[in-house]
Amino acid sequence: MDLRLRGSDPTPAERATVDLFLLSSGVSEQANGRAANTGHEARAHRHLLLPALHSLQDEIGWISEGALSYVCERLTVPPADAYGVASFYALFSLRPRPPLVAHVCDDIVCMKKGAEDIIATLQDKLGPESSEEGAATWLRSPCLGQCERAPALLWQRAGSDDRSHAPASSEAVGRLLADGLFDAPERGTAPQTETPRDPRLRLLRRIGLVDPTDLDDYRGHGGYSALRRAVRLGPEGIARELADSKLMGRGGAAFPIGAKWDAVAKAPVRPHYVICNADESEPGTFKDRILMEEDPFALIEAVTIAGYATGAERGYIYIRGEYPLATHRLEDAIAQARARGMLGGNVMGEDFVFDIELRRGAGAYICGEETALMNSIEGFRGEPRNKPPFPTQVGLFGKPTAINNVETLFNVLEVLAEGGPAFAGIGTKDSTGTKLFCLTGAIAKPGLYELEFGATLRELLDLAGGVTEGATIQAILLGGAAGTFIDTSDLDLPLTFEATRAASASLGSGVVHILDESSDISAVLLRIAAFMRDESCGQCVPCRVGTVRQEEALQRIVAGRKNASGQDDVALLADLVRVMSDASICGLGFTAGVAVKSALERGLLTPQGSNS
Amino acid sequence: MSRAARFKLGVIKRTVELTIDGVAVEVPEGATILDACNKLGIVTPTLCYLSTLTPVNACRVCVVEVEKARVLAPACSRKVEPGMVVHTDSERVRHSRRMVFELLSSSVDMSLVSGEVKGWIDSYGSDAARYGPPAPPAKVGERDARHAGHHHAVDGSVAETVAQPVKIDNDLYVRDYSRCILCYKCVEACGEDAQNTFAIAVAGRGFDARIATEFDAPLTDSACVYCGNCIGVCPTGALMPKSEYDLRQQGRWDEARQTVTQTVCSFCGVGCNLDLTVQDNAIVRVDSPLEHSVTHGHLCIKGRFGFQHVQNLPD
Repeated sequence: MDLRLRGSDPTPAERATVDLFLLSSGVSEQANGRAANTGHEARAHRHLLLPALHSLQDEIGWISEGALSYVCERLTVPPADAYGVASFYALFSLRPRPPLVAHVCDDIVCMKKGAEDIIATLQDKLGPESSEEGAATWLRSPCLGQCERAPALLWQRAGSDDRSHAPASSEAVGRLLADGLFDAPERGTAPQTETPRDPRLRLLRRIGLVDPTDLDDYRGHGGYSALRRAVRLGPEGIARELADSKLMGRGGAAFPIGAKWDAVAKAPVRPHYVICNADESEPGTFKDRILMEEDPFALIEAVTIAGYATGAERGYIYIRGEYPLATHRLEDAIAQARARGMLGGNVMGEDFVFDIELRRGAGAYICGEETALMNSIEGFRGEPRNKPPFPTQVGLFGKPTAINNVETLFNVLEVLAEGGPAFAGIGTKDSTGTKLFCLTGAIAKPGLYELEFGATLRELLDLAGGVTEGATIQAILLGGAAGTFIDTSDLDLPLTFEATRAASASLGSGVVHILDESSDISAVLLRIAAFMRDESCGQCVPCRVGTVRQEEALQRIVAGRKNASGQDDVALLADLVRVMSDASICGLGFTAGVAVKSALERGLLTPQGSNS
Repeated sequence: MSRAARFKLGVIKRTVELTIDGVAVEVPEGATILDACNKLGIVTPTLCYLSTLTPVNACRVCVVEVEKARVLAPACSRKVEPGMVVHTDSERVRHSRRMVFELLSSSVDMSLVSGEVKGWIDSYGSDAARYGPPAPPAKVGERDARHAGHHHAVDGSVAETVAQPVKIDNDLYVRDYSRCILCYKCVEACGEDAQNTFAIAVAGRGFDARIATEFDAPLTDSACVYCGNCIGVCPTGALMPKSEYDLRQQGRWDEARQTVTQTVCSFCGVGCNLDLTVQDNAIVRVDSPLEHSVTHGHLCIKGRFGFQHVQNLPD
């Protein structure tokens, strides 16, 4: 490819950063010299674009034109293309930015827990949002996945690792800005793992007991016995166990995992890939984060099993960019597994090849959509692809790919541990196994909970000590920003795929957010509408423009203002929700109006003075 | 070569039978629903589709209802399957098509789209005014500077649009992104589908997504080679030769006074056909026919812009 680069040069620091990254990724200077700077070899490096941009953002604090140009030269990517990719992600800055950036979550959970106080403090100390000068600045952020200990911040630090900060407070933020000292990260909260420990735990069985930084300790807690058993069973045996288990994917679509893996295993096109979707970004969701922070080796083992079962030699874990601790733990776990022969050319001495690469997202909810995630790994904009073809046939790099959510993969370990038929005995007939729930809002003990499918909402709330003292439930948001509102008449709803579907709701990512009488549901809805608008990739018209029009109409309804054209805004919203759910490309568009629609249907948003 | 023609050549293909609007139709394996609709003479509105480009199925105006599917399918790229039952004029389809046209018309200046597209906008009953008065245009560079994942607070009193000043940074063509529906055609024509220059790409995200060069550099600093193939595929007049733009600005662009003359480009031996749009005995715009087997509608800088010498006549 004949690249035309503008005159800007990288600074020595930028050049060194990119060189170091590429060296560590096996791209040598020579191979990219003038003579070899063409053809397939050069273009094959495109997938390194996103991590290369990360290296600049991490070290330098922003991505300058000279730096981007140098990345393009080394990876043979047209600069306009690379600019399109870099400008797609919220965590990358293409303008000068202070070395310390506070991303403050003001999403549905944190907004009720003092996010605005923190923002006021930051505004007071650092000036307006997103300033280009000074030692530090701040930005509003969508959900950071720290909801059980809200309010949350993410500190992005140039030249140093990023840090999550939760629970945060105005005082703590002020102190931190004064002394520059960061506290050690807090542990995630899963109340059932505290004393007295709930004996029923499966997915959370090792959380709080195992040392997440020690492979031997993981093995001491039964780790890698599932992989051993998987190898005894062979790929077809694993497929049989998974089919018997009736395990459904936990990523939202509830697709039978056995069928998915089987389709990839049998696909004639090679190579095959496996991906773990750890881009957990649904507002109110933090389950995968706790699993990865506290039990990272289990995920490595499960992804290895996926690779073995589907005939893949390479797996990717795509983790959201806002999870520094989980990223660090997984990096460390992968390194240990490699060093001990649990990954590599002869996994566990069982004569099969498998390795895992960890990829970080950079602030894009849409990259949790499986095909957008694949584009993101490949170094393109995180725009979803049209389906069919499905990833099992045409996936990552156009090859058959099995992509699964973190929670689903943890379930695979359980299936192999106790056998498919036994696993099918847990839960209900159509929803087998256990489910993780992210409980937040007006609840005594917010946190991560694990329950057998079939337990009711009431049982879940009881397990968490009931609603906050003195509070009464106004509504419950089930499934996150793409979820639905239910109310106290639904407390006996069994939390299963089939029962929620029958109630026109969805378990989604397991978010259960309790809104009490003091909660402002209009504010929650406006935040969801703003979120959908911000996170739409912009590719298809129904979602790109529809999410904008939805937010505008909702603003008018909440303010009790008439539409200047004389239209009924409630009817307008219904039209918008319909086109988004019918004609969008991907799940984001399909569900972008679901929460608003359900709130209107439930009468949670009384249009004051509207013209309806 | 048109898509339909391609199926008649070469490899023998199995055929697939499906039903569209109650009529059985047989098309070659690998054909799209749009191909099948065309065979039946069913008119399907399209905006981002062009027979010479890879379908991006982004505009969603060609959606059809496929029985047993949860959502509507883009006819332009969904491959036919045996036994498929398709409805192209159901209430659901009409609703989505109306809304897509409406959402576009309410946010983009569609005044220069073809008569065919205007006809669709009317016949589907789309009403761009439903969303309230349009917001004032963005200032120079303001849309280009928007950061992914953030937008300024809105109150719903006005409807957001993509209105912004025209970008004029060279003598050959202008970019009026107030008219851009983000159909990706220019990016495809600049990239792998025609020119392989990659001077432009989609940047930003969501409603702030836009066609851009790196760091929004002027075209003269970019990789642009001024082939103008982006102009050739643009369905909304967002990309326009400077000669046409200037006449329109002066109020002198008058299609009634124009003729189109077909000729062969004389610059080299390739033999590209040219359509010369002539007004008042002066060439005002050059295109190439989409169906021409040499060009597929594409030209180079000489063919598209190198016409002054034929009209530098003594006064």
